[in-house]
Amino acid sequence: MTETATVPTPAPGTPATGAGRREGLLRAALRLRRTRAGLVLTALVLGVALLGPLLAPHSPTEFVAAPFSGPADGMPFGSDQLGRDVLSRFLHGGLTVLGLAAAATAIGVGFGALLGVVAGYRRGVLDEIVMRTGDVVLAFPQLVAALLFLSIIGPKLWLLVLVVGVSHVPRTARVVREATLKVVEQDFVKAAEAIGVRRAKIMAGELLPNVSSALAVELGLRLTYSIGLVAGLGFLGLGLQPPTADWGLMINENRIAVTVQAWAVALPVSAVALLTVGTNLITDGLARASIGIDRGVRS
Amino acid sequence: MSGDVVLDVAGLRVVGLPSKAEIVTEVDLTLGRGEVLGLVGESGSGKTTLGLALLAHAKRGTSIASGSVTVCGRDLLTLPAEEVRRARGRTVAYIPQSPASALNPALRIGTQLRECLNGSASREAHREEEGEERVQEVLREVALPDTPDFIRRYPHQLSGGQQQRIAIAMAFIGRPELIVLDEPTTGLDVTTQRHVLETVRRMCEGYGASGVYISHDMAVVAGIADRLAVMYSGRVVEAGTAEAVLAAPRHPYTARLLLAVPDLAAEREMTGIPGHAPSPLARPGGCAFAPRCELAEDRCRAEQPAPVEVTVGHTVRCVKPGSPPAPRPATPLRAGDGGGAPVLEVRGLSARYGRTEVLSGIELTVPAGECVALLGESGSGKTTLSRAIVGLHPEFDGEILLDGEALAHGSYRRTEEQRRRVQYVFQNPYEALNPRKTVRELVLGPVRVLRGRVADPDAVVRDALERASLRGDLAGRYPDQLSGGERQRVAIARALATGPDLLICDEITSSLDVSVQSSIVELLRELQRRDGLSLLFVTHDIALVRNLAQHVAVLEDGRIVESGPVERVFTTPDHPYTRSLIDDTPHFTPAFARLDSRD
Repeated sequence: MTETATVPTPAPGTPATGAGRREGLLRAALRLRRTRAGLVLTALVLGVALLGPLLAPHSPTEFVAAPFSGPADGMPFGSDQLGRDVLSRFLHGGLTVLGLAAAATAIGVGFGALLGVVAGYRRGVLDEIVMRTGDVVLAFPQLVAALLFLSIIGPKLWLLVLVVGVSHVPRTARVVREATLKVVEQDFVKAAEAIGVRRAKIMAGELLPNVSSALAVELGLRLTYSIGLVAGLGFLGLGLQPPTADWGLMINENRIAVTVQAWAVALPVSAVALLTVGTNLITDGLARASIGIDRGVRS
Repeated sequence: MSGDVVLDVAGLRVVGLPSKAEIVTEVDLTLGRGEVLGLVGESGSGKTTLGLALLAHAKRGTSIASGSVTVCGRDLLTLPAEEVRRARGRTVAYIPQSPASALNPALRIGTQLRECLNGSASREAHREEEGEERVQEVLREVALPDTPDFIRRYPHQLSGGQQQRIAIAMAFIGRPELIVLDEPTTGLDVTTQRHVLETVRRMCEGYGASGVYISHDMAVVAGIADRLAVMYSGRVVEAGTAEAVLAAPRHPYTARLLLAVPDLAAEREMTGIPGHAPSPLARPGGCAFAPRCELAEDRCRAEQPAPVEVTVGHTVRCVKPGSPPAPRPATPLRAGDGGGAPVLEVRGLSARYGRTEVLSGIELTVPAGECVALLGESGSGKTTLSRAIVGLHPEFDGEILLDGEALAHGSYRRTEEQRRRVQYVFQNPYEALNPRKTVRELVLGPVRVLRGRVADPDAVVRDALERASLRGDLAGRYPDQLSGGERQRVAIARALATGPDLLICDEITSSLDVSVQSSIVELLRELQRRDGLSLLFVTHDIALVRNLAQHVAVLEDGRIVESGPVERVFTTPDHPYTRSLIDDTPHFTPAFARLDSRD
């Protein structure tokens, strides 16, 4: 992976010429072994979740054997507490976790980035209001806040996504605001102000593209947390309701017989674990690439 | 080896990792006791890498591949790490470019000076008192107070010049044999620069230490060095005594570097070097300077020239070490009668940051088609004034008139037409261009805002780049694919594309090499002469003023202390401050670059 031309970070005064543009964040991250390992793990779990429903031998709600039967022919991982095929339920149960986590992350990081850039650029009273409101939200642990709302209003999927998403907003906003503050000081922002570019356009065109590294890292990190939270809330019975197949729910339903029939718990647990480790490795790779650790003079 | 040789470098090669690209190669140097070697070259020539290698240090991503660095008889590259560590400070010391980042802001200067002593001075009895005395002694030597009160200060309580003198004191406190100074006066005012240079010279003499003085500015090096080594693209292309090299440079690159220095008398034309130094990854075969050399021929591109000794101790890497291009007399500037209608008038302007008044009672007029220089050192308020004019610093009292019409204070309150007519070019080209946009987008952005939709955007971009002397095919590049000089030209093209009447240039050459600075000044003169553009040229460099402007206003502590036609102010300065500025600027006229020395 050394074909791409790159130049060491030019110190002010060093012409970075002749050898082409410094490579993009993604490509730089892909050089790192940890990023590639993370991609493999994530792709594996994503593959199971996306293609699983097509490959499942049984319907997730069909009763095929006695409850908690061990592995048998046509049922390699045995049956669950109601006698349904564990493999089929596992293959069907990933999509919901992933979908909910992705939606929550999109909401959280999207709003967080918006608020962060606006607060970092406009400063003043607006900044104070946004950041102090964020501090109040931060005071509640993510899981406790989610439990509170879900137990008052009821286990609705939109609420689950919203609660997890909103809990990400102040964290993302804080990181993006810091990144924005550094960019705002640079002269190209002043150049845009001097010719009277509209403020909204400055934020979208000058600031946002220059905080994208921080944003990419934040996206990965929040996705990791979302997966854990969504699976955790599913386990507590506040996510999807029976008889839907869902990894979090599966762990909860089958944990009483974990000594008799471990597969029904082990499969979803390892999938969630692999996915979080995978996304975390990717995030770590992005973070390292964005600050330029391990960058040398390549040709 | 004779006992008088302090530094002997042989076959030194530093490579980048992991590509093994040669950053510095085939370097041989010797330096006697008490001598100062000036190491000169543009950015990217490998001077700093070489300077650090003299301390057996390689930056992250680089490594010293082969060769020897012998200081006082010991090859630092073969010593065990622990001994190298002890040799640093005692045998070889380093003074970095930016004192502000070299001093630890959380420690008192006394503590930092004593730290340098601990590693070097004898660890025997009465170290405490001796250390204290040594700190006071060295502070006196660099002309700083030695009072306990001063020793207890933190770096931020000192001025830039004082910080740099502390850095010098830190280097000399361990009585090293060799001092490496990496552009120690870049970013300092001329007066401070002169004091720092004097201090360095006096300290080297006093301690009998040898020095390696790294700089891109021939004028500074000429004043301090006994010997010169000119670096280009990782190689020393010319080396010899300062006298010999300055009197008769034999390498075309050296000659061009000398001609790029602005002439304080403005009689000789300052000529830049076109193009830029190649990156270590893309060095041409043959002589690396050939693509930029007017005298290059086929054999220059074919083979790497070996060093040739032209006279005793004067070596050149050139296949035909011959006579350099002659200096040309400067073309006279457009006469500034000042009679034209003023484009811009500033009346009774005062501005403040919080409670500190940074500008007061400023009166300034820019006549149409002429260049007014605003001359001042850092902290004089010149950037605040230029930002107020362009609407980036709205908190001021007084009036700014464009063609007799008062401008609103903030840029957002001005009309599109007013914003279009006054354009601003920023000091640091590395921060003035959005790294995520191509040159084309950068140039078109302001045009779309100020002139609306244009019929033929490609033509606008092509025309703007051409006026800024840039090739049209750069339009698709991103800023990090451009050199510093090219970036500054893009910033100028961006301003020109909107069709301004007045260009405000805020120290636009101060972060560029001297060779690049000259070509930017050429460009501005051309714009003024050909297009009748009015300029407000903000600078701290008095020699540039002479070469570019018809009028000058000297700013000191927020007040204009003297103003008038450049010719008059330079020949008969009224104000003592103006006189001290003129006196402190290095008067650089090497025999070779003197007009009358030739036919």
